[in-house]
Amino acid sequence: MDKKELLEKRFEFFDHTADALFRAYGRDLIEAFSNAAFALSAIMTDIELVSPNRKRRLVVESKNEESLLYDFLEEIIYLIDAENFFLSKIAELKISCQAFKCRLEAELLGDDASNYTVYAIVKAITYNEMLIIKEPGFVTVQVVPDL
Amino acid sequence: MSDIITKKINDFSYLVEKSKDMNVPVKIFASKELMKDMEKDRCIEQGINVSKLPGIKGFSLMMPDAHQGYGFSIGGVAAMDCETGCISPGGIGFDINCGVRLLTSNLEKNDVYPKIIELLNELYNNVPPGVGKKSLFKLTDDELDEVMKRGPAWTVERKLGTNKDLENCESNGYLKGAKPEKVSQKAKNRGRSQLGTLGSGNHFLEIQYVDKIFDSGIAKAFGIKNEGQVVVLIHCGSRGLGHQVCSDYLRAMEDEFPEIVKELPEKNLIYAPAKSKLAKDYFAAMCAAANFAWTNRHIIGHQTRLSFKKIFGKGVKLNTVYDVAHNIAKKEIHEVDGENVNVYVHRKGATRAFGPNNPEIPKKYQKTGQPIFIPGSMGTSSYVLVGTQHAMKESFGSTAHGAGRLMSRHRANLEFKGQTLKDQLEKNKIYVKAASMRGISEEAPNAYKDVDEVVKVSHDAGIGKLVARLKPIGVIKG
Repeated sequence: MDKKELLEKRFEFFDHTADALFRAYGRDLIEAFSNAAFALSAIMTDIELVSPNRKRRLVVESKNEESLLYDFLEEIIYLIDAENFFLSKIAELKISCQAFKCRLEAELLGDDASNYTVYAIVKAITYNEMLIIKEPGFVTVQVVPDL
Repeated sequence: MSDIITKKINDFSYLVEKSKDMNVPVKIFASKELMKDMEKDRCIEQGINVSKLPGIKGFSLMMPDAHQGYGFSIGGVAAMDCETGCISPGGIGFDINCGVRLLTSNLEKNDVYPKIIELLNELYNNVPPGVGKKSLFKLTDDELDEVMKRGPAWTVERKLGTNKDLENCESNGYLKGAKPEKVSQKAKNRGRSQLGTLGSGNHFLEIQYVDKIFDSGIAKAFGIKNEGQVVVLIHCGSRGLGHQVCSDYLRAMEDEFPEIVKELPEKNLIYAPAKSKLAKDYFAAMCAAANFAWTNRHIIGHQTRLSFKKIFGKGVKLNTVYDVAHNIAKKEIHEVDGENVNVYVHRKGATRAFGPNNPEIPKKYQKTGQPIFIPGSMGTSSYVLVGTQHAMKESFGSTAHGAGRLMSRHRANLEFKGQTLKDQLEKNKIYVKAASMRGISEEAPNAYKDVDEVVKVSHDAGIGKLVARLKPIGVIKG
C-alpha cells in the first residue's frame, strides 16, 4: 500500500503473539496520535457506530513524544474503565514539545459503552515495539497494547 | 534464536547453560514438541534476559506453556533474593493475581445439559464482562480500601460467600503486606465498578464435568467424587485496578532508575532494587491488587452459586475446592545450594505447586499437597493437578498455568469465524455465551498450544501431578 492509501486507512493491525499490534498513520504527529486512539478503540468496539454524545477533555504532560503517546493512550483506557466512555471523534488535539517536556490537550467526543458491543477489553499500553517514525508529510506510530 | 543453544536434559526438560553475563542458567520444562513451539518466538531469549537480573537464584525457569511476553515471557518463574535482588512488575504481569478458582457441585452432567442455556443466561446476567455490561457492585473509596486490605473477608461479612470459601483459597484470599495507600486514585477509579466481573480475552466462567480421574484418593480429598460430576472453573483477575497498578509502577521505576533502563535489552524488564522504597511500595500495591482479584473471584463464585440455585433449586451445593494465582510475586523461603534463602518468587503465567506438609496450604490438603488448576483453551480439556515436594526442589514450587497462545488475536480473527466455531462447539455439546463473535474467534482452540502436552510435561517432570481431567459443557466469555 502507498502512503496515500495508508493515510486513508488511518490504521492497521499486524500479527503479534499474545496480543495486538497496530500502526497508525498521519500527515503529522497530531493526526497519527488521533488515529492511534481510534485504533485502540477499534480493538474494543465498532468505532464507526459510536455516537458523539458525551464530551471529555484531556491534558497529558510527559517527558518525550514516546511517553506522551503512552500516556495519551492510557488515558483512553482509563476513560473506558472508569467512566464507561467509548471514543467517537476527536474534536481537537494539540501537541507541543520542548526540551524534556511534551504537552497534549484533547477534546474527545464519545458515548456510554453500555450501548455498544464490546469485543475485547484492553488492559494497558506497553512500550513493547513502540515506534514513532517521522518522514516529511507522513508519520507512523506503532503500539502493542496488552489485552 | 539461531545462536541460543539448548541442551536436552531428559524428555521433559532442557537447559541453557550459564554464560557471558547470565547470573544463572535457564531451565525449560518442555517436551520436544513444546520446544518447537517455544523456538518460534522470543520466549527463550526472554528467559535468558531474566537470568541476567540482579539477585536471581537457582535458575531462570520456563514452564511448558511458556511463550513470548513483555520483557519476561509468560510462563516464567524467577526467584530474586529479598536483600540483594530486585522486584519487577513485568515478572508478574499487568493482570496482577490473574488466577483460577474451582468449585465442585452435587450435580451430574445429565442434570445440567437439559438446562444449560437457561443456566448460561442466568450466569451471564449475574457475572457480566464489566465493560459495556456493568458490574452489579460499585464501591466507595473506603470500601475499596477495605477490599484491598482484607480481601474477600469483607464480602463474607456482607453474607456474600462463606468462611469455607476463604479457607480454601491460596493465602486465605489475602496477602498481609497490602497497603491501599500505595494504589493510585486512577487505579481505584478503574476498579471501583468492576468487582464481580470477568473481563474479556481468555477470561471465562466454564461449567464442566469430570471426564477422567487419574488419582482417586487425591481427587476425593479435593471433593471430586466421580466421573460425570459437574464443576465450575472461573478464570479472571484484578481487572482495571491491577492493570493500572502495574502501569503506574512500571512508569515510576523507569523514572526513578533511568540508569537501569539504559542497561536493559527491553524496557519491560525494569525493576527496583529489593531494598529500595519503590520496591517495597510496589510490593504493597501488588498485594492490594491481589486481594482485589481474590475478592473478585470470590464474588463471582457466590454469584455462580446464586445462579445455580435459581435454575436447579435450593438443594444444589457448590463448594470451593481452591483458588490459585498465576500472576503474582510471593515472599517465600526456598533452599538453594544447600542454604535457605528469602526470595521474591515471581510467577508470571505460572501456578504455585506446593506439596504435602507445607504450612502455607490449608489443613485439609496437608496430606495431599495443594490443588492446581490448568485451564485449556475454549472447548478443550482443563486439568486438576496436585503440588509436590519435588516442585520445591525443581521449580521453586511452581508449574504451568494454561495452554499458552500460539497465534495472534489478529491472525485468529482472520482464520476463524466466531459463529462457525460456536456452531461446531454446539455440535459437540459445548455451549458458548459470549459478548461477541469476535471474542469467540480470538479464543479458537487452534490459536493455543496443546494443553494435554503441557500437563503431561508437568506430570512427568514431577512438578504438578495429574489428578483429574475436566471437559466443558458451557462457557461464559466477556
